[in-house]
Amino acid sequence: MRKVAIYGKGGIGKSTTTQNTVAGLVEMGRKVMVVGCDPKADSTRLLLGGLAQKSVLDTLREEGEDVELDDIRKVGYGGTLCVESGGPEPGVGCAGRGIITSINMLESLGAYEENVGLDYAFYDVLGDVVCGGFAMPIRDGKAEEIYIVCSGEMMAMYAANNISKGIMKFAQSGSVRLGGLICNSRNVDNEKEMIQEFARKLGTQMIYFVPRDNDVQRAEINRQTVINWKPDARQADEYRGLARAIDENEMFVVPTPLAIEELEKLLMDYGLMN
Amino acid sequence: MTTTTSEKQAAWEPAEVKAELLARYPAKVARKRSRQILINEALENTTPEITANVRTTPGIITMRGCTYAGCKGVVLGPSRDIVNITHGPIGCGFYSWLTRRNQTDAGPDGENYMPYCFSTDMQESDIIFGGEKKLTAAIQEAYDLFHPRAIAVFATCPVGLIGDDIHTVAKKMKEKFGDCNVFAFSCEGYKGVSQSADHHIANNQLFRHIVGENDSPREGGFKINLLGEYNIGGDGFEIDRIFRKCGITCLATYSGNSTYDQFASSHLADLNAVMCHRSINYVADMLETRFGIPWIKVNFIGVHATAKSLRKIARYFGDRELSDRVEEVIAEEMPEVEKVMAEVRPRTEGKTAMLFVGGSRAHHYQELFAEMGMKTIAAGYEFAHRDDYEGRQVLPGLEVDADSRNIEEIRVEPDPDRFRPRKSEKELRQLTESGLAFKEYEGMIPDMEKNTLVIDDLNQYEAEKLVEMMRPDIFCAGIKEKYSIQKLGVPMKQLHSYDSGGPYAGFRGAVNFYREIDRLVNSRVWSYMKAPWQVNPQLSATYQWE
Repeated sequence: MRKVAIYGKGGIGKSTTTQNTVAGLVEMGRKVMVVGCDPKADSTRLLLGGLAQKSVLDTLREEGEDVELDDIRKVGYGGTLCVESGGPEPGVGCAGRGIITSINMLESLGAYEENVGLDYAFYDVLGDVVCGGFAMPIRDGKAEEIYIVCSGEMMAMYAANNISKGIMKFAQSGSVRLGGLICNSRNVDNEKEMIQEFARKLGTQMIYFVPRDNDVQRAEINRQTVINWKPDARQADEYRGLARAIDENEMFVVPTPLAIEELEKLLMDYGLMN
Repeated sequence: MTTTTSEKQAAWEPAEVKAELLARYPAKVARKRSRQILINEALENTTPEITANVRTTPGIITMRGCTYAGCKGVVLGPSRDIVNITHGPIGCGFYSWLTRRNQTDAGPDGENYMPYCFSTDMQESDIIFGGEKKLTAAIQEAYDLFHPRAIAVFATCPVGLIGDDIHTVAKKMKEKFGDCNVFAFSCEGYKGVSQSADHHIANNQLFRHIVGENDSPREGGFKINLLGEYNIGGDGFEIDRIFRKCGITCLATYSGNSTYDQFASSHLADLNAVMCHRSINYVADMLETRFGIPWIKVNFIGVHATAKSLRKIARYFGDRELSDRVEEVIAEEMPEVEKVMAEVRPRTEGKTAMLFVGGSRAHHYQELFAEMGMKTIAAGYEFAHRDDYEGRQVLPGLEVDADSRNIEEIRVEPDPDRFRPRKSEKELRQLTESGLAFKEYEGMIPDMEKNTLVIDDLNQYEAEKLVEMMRPDIFCAGIKEKYSIQKLGVPMKQLHSYDSGGPYAGFRGAVNFYREIDRLVNSRVWSYMKAPWQVNPQLSATYQWE
C-alpha cells in the first residue's frame, strides 16, 4: 500500500485535486482510501456526492468508545473508501490534536489492514504544516510520499517551501519523502517554467501541470469529480494523466528548501521576464 | 555521622564550595549559575548583588513549582468559601488539593469548600473541541450544588494551548447568576520563570474582581489586613489569637483562613501588614494607590520578630492604650517561650541549618533558628526576585526582562470616592523619622552572616553537593527535596507544608518549632543510616561454588 499525503496552501485546490486524481486511480483499477484531515470535513464531498458523512471525531464524541469502522468509513465513487477526521468549530479547541486522535483511531480499528486490500491511502491535509497535529500524517510513517499542490502565485510557493521544511525535518527521522509538486495552474505568467525551476531547486520534480478549466467548477457544483461528471471532458484526461504520473512515480527525495532570498529571486526572474 | 560542629565548620570554605558546585557544569551554565550563587560579604553601605527571577537552565532539576501551583495552590487555595475550579485534566486539580496543609475554620456559616477538589477533568475530546462548554457546565453545577459567594476558575497548560476563553465564560456566568461572583485566572503552568509569575496574576485578579466589592462597615478597633500569610499548619490561627489579645482587628488575611467578604471589604482597613513580600506586595501597592492604605513589612516567624512586628503596628496607630496592651501581651507570652528556649538551647546551640524555600520563608525562619542558637550557613529562595534578597532599594534599577513583561501589570488610579489617606504626609514623615519604615523590605542578605552562602533557585544536584560538603544539622525545603536529603543522612524539615507539624508562627508556634527542631537535630536515627554489618562485619566468608 502506498501512503500519500497532499499538502499545500489553503485554497490552492488540494481537496479538488486529490479527489479528481483518486477518481483517475480508481478508473485504473486501484483500491483507494481517502482520509480528510480538515476540520471542515469537505475532503470527500465529490467522491461521496455530498457532505452527509459523520466525521471520526463526531462519532467518537457521540458514541464514546464503541466505534465501528463502518460508522466512520463510507464507500464513495468507484468503491473508494472515504473517511473524514473532522474537528472543532473555527476558533476553539485543537484541530491538530484531533487529527492525531482520528488517525490513531483508524489504525486501531484496522482501516489499514492487509485484508482491506488498499493500493493507496490518501491524506488530504488542511493548509500549511502549522503545528504538530497537522504534521501527524508525515510523522511515524503514516504517509510516506508527499505531493504539494501549488501554483505560480507567490504565497503558494512560500507555503510549498515551508511544507518542504517540515518534510525535511521528518525525513531525517523517518521514511517520508517528497514525491513532487502538482502545479494547479492559476494562469500566472511563465507558471510552468517557474514551478519546474522551483521543483528543481527543491531537488524534486513538477509531477504534473494541471491547466485551469471551468469544468472543474461545474463538476464541483454537481458534487462530482470531473471524471464522474463528464468522462470525455479534456480536464478529465488531465486528471487521468496526473493519476498515471503518481502511479508510475519513482522519484522520492528529501527536499532542499530554499532560503527566502533565493525564493524571491526565483519569483523576480520568472515573474518579470516579459 | 559523628563529626562535631566545630569540625564541620572548619571543613569548608565558601569559595571552595562555590567552585565545587559549579565544577561540573558546562561553561555557559556555570557562568549563569555563578551569578546566582553568592558568598555573602559584609560590604560597606551596599548589599552584594545576586541574579534572581531568571529562567532555569533546561536539564536542571529545579526546586521551583509552576505558575498554576502559585495561583491555585498558594494564593487562592486557602480561601474557604470560594469554589476553586481547576479547568484542565485531572492531575493538576488532584495534586493541588490540600497538599499545602492550609487550615481553615469553617465559621458559624460552615461554608468551607477546601476539602473538595473541583476540576473539569478535561478529556481528549474536550482538548480537540474546546473545553468552554464543559467549563460552563462545571460552573453551573458548582453553583447549583453550593450557591457559593464566588467561583474561581484556574487555567492549566492545555487550556492556554487550545485558547479556551475562560474570562468570557466567567463573565457570562457571573451575569447569569447575579448573586455569585465568577472570575478566572490565566495561570497556565508554563507562564513566567517560576510560580512567582502567578502570584502576580493572582494578585491582579483578586484586586480586579473582589477587593472593594463590599463597602458595609466592619466593626473593631485598629483595623489591619495581614498580607502573605497562608495559615499553613495553623500559623494564621496563632497570629489571629495574638491580634485579638492585643485588640487589633484583622479584617482580612491574604489568604490564610480567608473568606470572600473579607477580601471584598479589605479596603476598609487602615494598615496593611505584609508577611510574604514576594507573593503579595502587588496587592499591598494597589491597596495603597487606590484606597490610601499604607503598608509595612512584618514577620511573625520568631518571637523577637513577632514582638517587633506588634510594636510596629502599635506605633503606626500611635495609641497609648494599644501600645501598653501590646507590651502586656509580649510580657505575658514570653516566659513560656523563654522557658522552652532555655531548655532546648543547650542541645541546639552551635548547630547549623540550610533553608531553601519560598520567597520569604528562607529569610523568616532564620529568626527561629537564631533564637535556638543555630546558624544558617546557606539559604536561598525558589522564586524570589532581587528585592527579596537585597532589599527594595534595588527596585528602580531592576531590568524587566521579556519573561516578566509577559505578566500583566495593572494600572491603578486612586478611587474617586473611596481614596482616603490614612495618615497625612506630615504624620507619615514623622513616623518614618521615628524609625517606622513604610513600603520597606531590606531583604534576606543583610540579615545573613559573612561568608554564608546565598543561592537562588537551588537544584537537586547542588542541594546534594551542598549537604555532602557542608553537612548541615538540618535542611529545610519542600517535599521534592525531602527524601533525597534524608538519604544523605541529614534531617529534613518541610517549610512549605510543615510535614505534619505547626503552627510555627507567633509565640506558641515558636515553642512548637523549638521542640520540633530539637527532636530532629538530636535524633539518633541518622546514626543508623548504615546497617551494623555494613559498618563492622562480625563475620566474613566467601561462597565456594561447586
